[in-house]
Amino acid sequence: MADAVVHHPSEAGAFEPPFLGAYSKKIGMWLFLLSDSLTFGALLFAYSYGRIATTNWPTPFGQHSIINASVMTACLLSSSVTMVLAVLAAGRHDRPWARNWLIATMIFGTAFIVLHAWEWNGLRAEGMTLSIFPAIPHAEATEMGKQASAVPQFAGTFFALTGMHMLHVTIGVIYLGVLAFGRKWLPVMALAAIGTFFIPAWSTFHWLTYPIIGAIVVIGIILWLKPKQYDAPDIEVGGLYWHFVDLVWMFIFPLVYLMSTRIT
Amino acid sequence: MEMTERHQHGEHAEGKATYFYVWGALIVLTVVEIYLAYNRVFPNPLHMLEVLLALSVVKSVLIIGWFMHLKGETIVMKWVLMGSLVMCLLLMFVFFVDAERILKLGTGR
Repeated sequence: MADAVVHHPSEAGAFEPPFLGAYSKKIGMWLFLLSDSLTFGALLFAYSYGRIATTNWPTPFGQHSIINASVMTACLLSSSVTMVLAVLAAGRHDRPWARNWLIATMIFGTAFIVLHAWEWNGLRAEGMTLSIFPAIPHAEATEMGKQASAVPQFAGTFFALTGMHMLHVTIGVIYLGVLAFGRKWLPVMALAAIGTFFIPAWSTFHWLTYPIIGAIVVIGIILWLKPKQYDAPDIEVGGLYWHFVDLVWMFIFPLVYLMSTRIT
Repeated sequence: MEMTERHQHGEHAEGKATYFYVWGALIVLTVVEIYLAYNRVFPNPLHMLEVLLALSVVKSVLIIGWFMHLKGETIVMKWVLMGSLVMCLLLMFVFFVDAERILKLGTGR
């Protein structure tokens, strides 16, 4: 069977089965993304079902929300280009440029998270919220909030879907940070966790503390068990995850935002 | 080594310009979606949903094919991944019929 295996240049002597014609890390990531796409698929279908089956479905997203979501979309689309450039740079063993493009991708990803969390804060302050969310001080229910509250499944599906996606983007930025900086990324994450922890507990930004702390624990264990310099295949596999996050947003943006556009 | 070489270079053989063209196409499609939704070109939400979904599928083909380099993978890989994904997602479409039926309940239509 020795002639029927794939040698990977970065792992001389490593034998991998030729099933699907790719190295195992890449196949593993594709299979994970396949399962994750079913999770998002179920959420998107639930949202779309409610949208079609409810005659008085709220249309609370005005010009401001659509512009905000469009900028978020542009951030994610641009981050995909910088991610591809990182993969290309890693493929030609240009480590400094691979890192630079990874940093650019992380900046776009962070901008997306900030815009999204900021939007969540705004929507919750206007009265579009869930009972499990802490109340925002000085919040005042507007017409938009009242309209959104009239159909409870709107806020439920909106926050579940976009929250799940925001979590994926947050994990993606952390993942790319590990690929770019290795264990040097851990203290940066610790600082980020401390910073978000001291933001008032009602703010969406405060909630970012918990995935970051979880990630510090997981990444700390991984880097302790298997410290390594991440190479081109690792960056390519990380890129697959990042593009998937972008791909999911390509469905969330039209179905959630554009299908609930308020015409004034 | 041939397969390895293909994976290292073949699937990423496109120049940087190709990726910027794909990015441009994605931006244009997004603008089209915003135009359609904001001007309510299709007043029926089901029709609007179908059109937006179709455009999103085109965008996802661009992302999966070029950014995720699936078009450079083997035929088996493409069929296993996309076949199973499409099959599972299509099964969920069954519910849309019920969603429209609910709107007509008790109306005699």
